[in-house]
Amino acid sequence: MAKSSVLTASGISLTIGQATLLDHVDLTITSGEMVAIVGPNGAGKSTLLRLLSADLRASRGAITLKGCDLHAWSPAELAMRRAMLSQHVSVSFPFTVEEVVQMGRGNMPLASAQVLVDAAIDEVGLGDFRYRELPTLSGGEQQRAHFARILVQLACGEAAHGPGILLLDEPTSSLDLRHQIELVEISRQRARSGTAVIAVLHDLNLAVRFADRIVVMRNGVIAAEGTPAETITSDVIRRVFDIDAVVARTEDGAPYLLPQMMQQIAISSVVAD
Amino acid sequence: MSAADAKLTAFVRTKGRVRRPATVVVLCGLLAALLLTVLLATTVGAAGIPLSRLPAALGLTATDPANPFAARDQLVLWSIRIPRIAIAAMIGGMLGAAGAIMQGLFRNPLADPALVGVSSGGALAAAGAIVISDSRFAHYVAFLQPFLLPLAAFIGSLLTTIILYRISSRSGRTSIALFLLAGIAIAAIANAGIGLLVFIADDRQLRDITFWLLGSLSGATWSKAATIAPMLALGLIGMLFTSRGLDVLILGESEAFHSGVDVERLKRICIVLVSVMTGAAVSVCGVIGFVGIVVPHLLRLMIGPGHRLLLPASVGLGACLLVGADTLARTIVAPAEMPIGILTAAVGAPIFLLILLRQRGLVGL
Repeated sequence: MAKSSVLTASGISLTIGQATLLDHVDLTITSGEMVAIVGPNGAGKSTLLRLLSADLRASRGAITLKGCDLHAWSPAELAMRRAMLSQHVSVSFPFTVEEVVQMGRGNMPLASAQVLVDAAIDEVGLGDFRYRELPTLSGGEQQRAHFARILVQLACGEAAHGPGILLLDEPTSSLDLRHQIELVEISRQRARSGTAVIAVLHDLNLAVRFADRIVVMRNGVIAAEGTPAETITSDVIRRVFDIDAVVARTEDGAPYLLPQMMQQIAISSVVAD
Repeated sequence: MSAADAKLTAFVRTKGRVRRPATVVVLCGLLAALLLTVLLATTVGAAGIPLSRLPAALGLTATDPANPFAARDQLVLWSIRIPRIAIAAMIGGMLGAAGAIMQGLFRNPLADPALVGVSSGGALAAAGAIVISDSRFAHYVAFLQPFLLPLAAFIGSLLTTIILYRISSRSGRTSIALFLLAGIAIAAIANAGIGLLVFIADDRQLRDITFWLLGSLSGATWSKAATIAPMLALGLIGMLFTSRGLDVLILGESEAFHSGVDVERLKRICIVLVSVMTGAAVSVCGVIGFVGIVVPHLLRLMIGPGHRLLLPASVGLGACLLVGADTLARTIVAPAEMPIGILTAAVGAPIFLLILLRQRGLVGL
């Protein structure tokens, strides 16, 4: 499959009041690519994702989606080309899992979208919960339901306009290990068919498993960018996260991160007093 | 798989399972209920018209020469009772729908036009219009008659809703506690304004103003019914364009935008719809509270929160409820008449408290 850039951010900055949340970030995403954005708290990861989803507007710089300015798309057109899973979605009314997942269909008639809804519910393993009200489910189950909703949105859009973009903001934050891996697998499967997947992740080891490319952010700028082997090094970890870490290698050569005890410094300084 | 396992699986599959009734069943049921309520409402009242005399009074069959009340029946029915029932049904429908839309817009089951000052804002503007249209500025507004009151009430409701949204909504999130408190403050300001108008009004104006503050349908006429009918039609048409958006809006403004909803446009439509329908209701019968809370709440328990069905069903149930309440209001202490607001509050306020207690965590109390 020919790789072409679907999403390009050039020199985007976001300043709110005195604070610069994002400073001159360049990023190009090609179709079929899986990109992980990592970094410490407040590094601007979610801000970058919200800019890429057109939720926020950059103070400087431009973002193009499939060759057009991101904000030139109407909300409905945009939704057919990019799907975004937000970090916290609270539902205060008693919609069932199925009803929430159906919301992903946009303007597609329910009759033709139902197949996609069924498939997505099964894919995230919520078949038994389909007629349960969302507020009665656990945080992880709710997160999976929203993921299914996003999958339906992606599928509806891709059916009409070809491979789109899937943006995930800490999609695994409430998931257990098995469902984290399943979510990664589902995303990778979408990437194989041409979808560009961009995810903000906290777990660096999961990011290594997840991504073809890792973007490491710090203080609103990109501190490092490249393949997992290039970016997850003890040097980068020290520079970005201010911790010492041992980077081991798995059998297939992927880096694996083991943080060192940080307290040693703190304890020794207390003893010195 | 062992029998115990199978039993456990079956339990998990059925536990907390929610079934939604079919759309057709719900709408037909509500229509049947409305027809029954209307039928009941036409027969009872200060001048009772038994079912046997109803067809003749309606003009469906030839007048029974043996019935000495034939002429009176017809007069009561056509010039007093039917317009009143029609207005009660339309206003009930509009209040129910306005409540449902407002709750969707604010992502909050406690929203109600009367409770958070939207009705009061409309009433203030309408009271202001009465005083002005009776003053030396009258000729400036004369061309607006007979739409002056609905128009004033609409503008008052619209401004109130916009102010309320601006105050309680920040960067796409709505604070429920802030919303309720701001609503109370706005209602207080509007009521102070009404109080001031009552203070400066002359006797005749005072009578007109007091009439709404009590909230009554006793002044129902065909011309009033004709004035608000287009507003209901507008509301019904507007609903078609908002139901999907409101569903997704429940997930939050960002989520709605990500799902392809033009959120700003949706909010504008909703605010206008709520204001038109509340304003129409206020202009005819004053502030009637709690219909907008009770109706959508009961319906959500029965049919779920999906707006595609919730909005039309709210019109149906709201109509039933208000026709029923008005019938009760005019018969319970006959020949006197109880203000309908008392009845709706007596039923609605406890339900409001019940929702509040259930949602305590949500409100942050």
